[in-house]
Amino acid sequence: MTDKLPSAGSCPIDAPRDEVVVLGHGSGGRLTAELVNRVFLPALSNPILDRLEDAAGIALGGTRIVFSTDAFVVKPLRFPGGDIGSLAVNGTINDLAVMGGQPVGLSAAFILEEGFAIEDLRDFTRSMRAAADRAGVAIVAADTKVVDHGKADGLYIATSGIGIVSDELCLGPEQIKPGDALLVSGPVGDHGIAVMSAREGFEFQTALVSDSAPLNGLVSSMLASGGSIRCMRDPTRGGLATILNELARSGGAEIVVEDARVPVRDAVRAACEILGLDPFYVACEGTMVAIVADEDEGRVLGAMREHPLGAQACRIGTVTATGKPRVLLHTAFGTTRYLEQLSGSQLPRIC
Amino acid sequence: MCLGVPGRIVQIADENGIRMGEVDFGGITRRACLAYVPEAGVGDYVVIHAGFGISKVDARAARRTLELIEELEPNKERS
Amino acid sequence: MKFVDEFRDAAAVRMVIDSIRALTTRPWTIMEVCGGQTHTIVRYGLDELLPDQISLVHGPGCPVCVTPIEMIDAAIALARRREVALCSFGDMLRVPGSSGDLFDAQAAGAEVRIVYSPLDALELARRLTGREVVFLAVGFETTAPTTAMAVHQAATLKIPNFSIISAHVRVPPAIAAILASPHNRVQSFLAAGHVCTIMGVEEYRPIVEKFRVPIVVTGFEPVDLVQGVAMCVRQLEEGRAELENQYARSVRSEGNLAAKKLIEEVFVPVDRRWRGLDTLPNSGLALRERYAAFDALRRFGLAPSSAPERTECRAGEVLRGLLKPPECPAFGKSCTPEHPLGAPMVSSEGACAAYLRSGRFAASPQSK
Repeated sequence: MTDKLPSAGSCPIDAPRDEVVVLGHGSGGRLTAELVNRVFLPALSNPILDRLEDAAGIALGGTRIVFSTDAFVVKPLRFPGGDIGSLAVNGTINDLAVMGGQPVGLSAAFILEEGFAIEDLRDFTRSMRAAADRAGVAIVAADTKVVDHGKADGLYIATSGIGIVSDELCLGPEQIKPGDALLVSGPVGDHGIAVMSAREGFEFQTALVSDSAPLNGLVSSMLASGGSIRCMRDPTRGGLATILNELARSGGAEIVVEDARVPVRDAVRAACEILGLDPFYVACEGTMVAIVADEDEGRVLGAMREHPLGAQACRIGTVTATGKPRVLLHTAFGTTRYLEQLSGSQLPRIC
Repeated sequence: MCLGVPGRIVQIADENGIRMGEVDFGGITRRACLAYVPEAGVGDYVVIHAGFGISKVDARAARRTLELIEELEPNKERS
Repeated sequence: MKFVDEFRDAAAVRMVIDSIRALTTRPWTIMEVCGGQTHTIVRYGLDELLPDQISLVHGPGCPVCVTPIEMIDAAIALARRREVALCSFGDMLRVPGSSGDLFDAQAAGAEVRIVYSPLDALELARRLTGREVVFLAVGFETTAPTTAMAVHQAATLKIPNFSIISAHVRVPPAIAAILASPHNRVQSFLAAGHVCTIMGVEEYRPIVEKFRVPIVVTGFEPVDLVQGVAMCVRQLEEGRAELENQYARSVRSEGNLAAKKLIEEVFVPVDRRWRGLDTLPNSGLALRERYAAFDALRRFGLAPSSAPERTECRAGEVLRGLLKPPECPAFGKSCTPEHPLGAPMVSSEGACAAYLRSGRFAASPQSK
């Protein structure tokens, strides 16, 4: 379906929506995709970038590496279960891990607001170190810039990372076949709700913490199981539904999700109920999905469940066809409907 | 209209002359104004909309609503 | 979640659906007038479970969609003022005004904040003493008492920097207007359970009697909705026209007296133009004179003028149940959630967005 602009003559607009960046462009949904397609790809296009994967796969002589970058602007800077520092480290590690990369080094760039407390900066960098140690990786390069008071919301962090992919690994959405099983490593939506609980305006009390964690250990276990894994992804902003739509598009696949099988913690469900949010679109940060050969479901799940981050791993759906990409939700009532891509961020509702 | 969710009152207190409370939704608790549900006390369930209790949930009526459905089962003897 | 999970039980839904199939002998058109009910129906595909003869249509039940365009324009104009912090429920932020929406205003530098409750907006006013906090008060009678409490508190505590744009609307006039229309096809209504939790059920009795249509006050979970439909179908098949209450666990016949009292204290019914429909008499709520100080339009000297809608948008027919969204020529082409022509394509409960996001599909041959 093409999005055509309404005819300009019928509606004068001060600053047409399509000429300025809006918050929705950062949501991971359709508006983000539009921005990528209209600005970034035309300018930067090359065969590697055009694949739009979580990390870029580059062949360097006999070695295959994956290379990824990510920026972190989370508010508030501290939230239950983590902070901007640990988030920044885990986020890039996970982008490398789901591409089959064993992370070998990270870089970090800090954009600091004038007036930011040094004690806080110390806390966040220590947190980054702890997260990197947990994942067995080092932060090998860094940069710092300071901007005027009033910009940067205190602190922004951008991280990049390199991982090495073993020769035998053949991961990619083009591997997806009808009949493949869709697995998830654990409950979805923890991170988004944990951050919201700390944010002004929605204050609610909960024991829920962000699921932010490095997934490279879990991925190693999965790869060691010997099961045929087609590809993996980690849902972040936009949640499970967004990542599945991306996967369906890249792999040209029809994916059917079983509504009742997707694990969601009680607290996430309750928070979504009162705010009018759908857990399938709420951000995760330490959860992953994998598409595996149907006959290897047991083997891969077994390996996942042995790992602390995969204790609640389960099958949540099936690839039913290849050809027309779409994501369908099969409800507990036996009905099926589209699980669509959102245009911008999910908004809490009153109706 | 509109988004209303049942939760259990766990605490009640007066704030600026208004009856306020803490409501537990099962893993999440949040403040709510209970001025419109004076008959509801700690332990009762109330429907919360936009941060306000709008009704006390009638547990017996809830049960009756579900019983009416069970009575639809053709094998069951109709009362 | 207690009192929620039991009402999402698949076996219970199946039993009610079976009873509807057994009951139905003729085609019937039933309308629900509540965005929350639209949401549940679309989320779970409940209308697909009903026999083909039952047509379940979505009425003007999304207050976000029916908020007059001039009020959105007023909210945007106020948000753009340097001294104003505009507070709103989340789902209003993407509803198009005459030139852009609140998100666009925010992108251009306006302070726009999402709140969950009117009391949060009031709290903000107490904290931001140097700024003017304006709350865009949308919603049906369910939300009106929450706004009323915020205004009443502002008056009691003498908070000088808080005001509201009162865009509240009342449901019964909309139902009456739909039934009075010569093109009307609707034969029965599901009344909105939380609106009736506040207002009670008696306002619907004169409508039942005048138009001889069954009205069933219904809840919001899958079990509630199919049971409400079953009660409508039973009445229609038996030729009855009565007022019934499916949502007895929350709705009392007299409603919530304390809430009604405060609505009466703070608001007065006025004629209001619904976006996509005509002006409906006594269908809006405005602040009473004694609370005029909290009327943002008065405070800032704004006189909202009626603004034209884009001619291609056929929201009016959709809201009356006369046009199903996929039948609109702009549907999914020049009108999408990213670039909406009208309100029902924006809110996730708007009928057009609901159809587009979770519409019917043809199962591919290989899928089970």
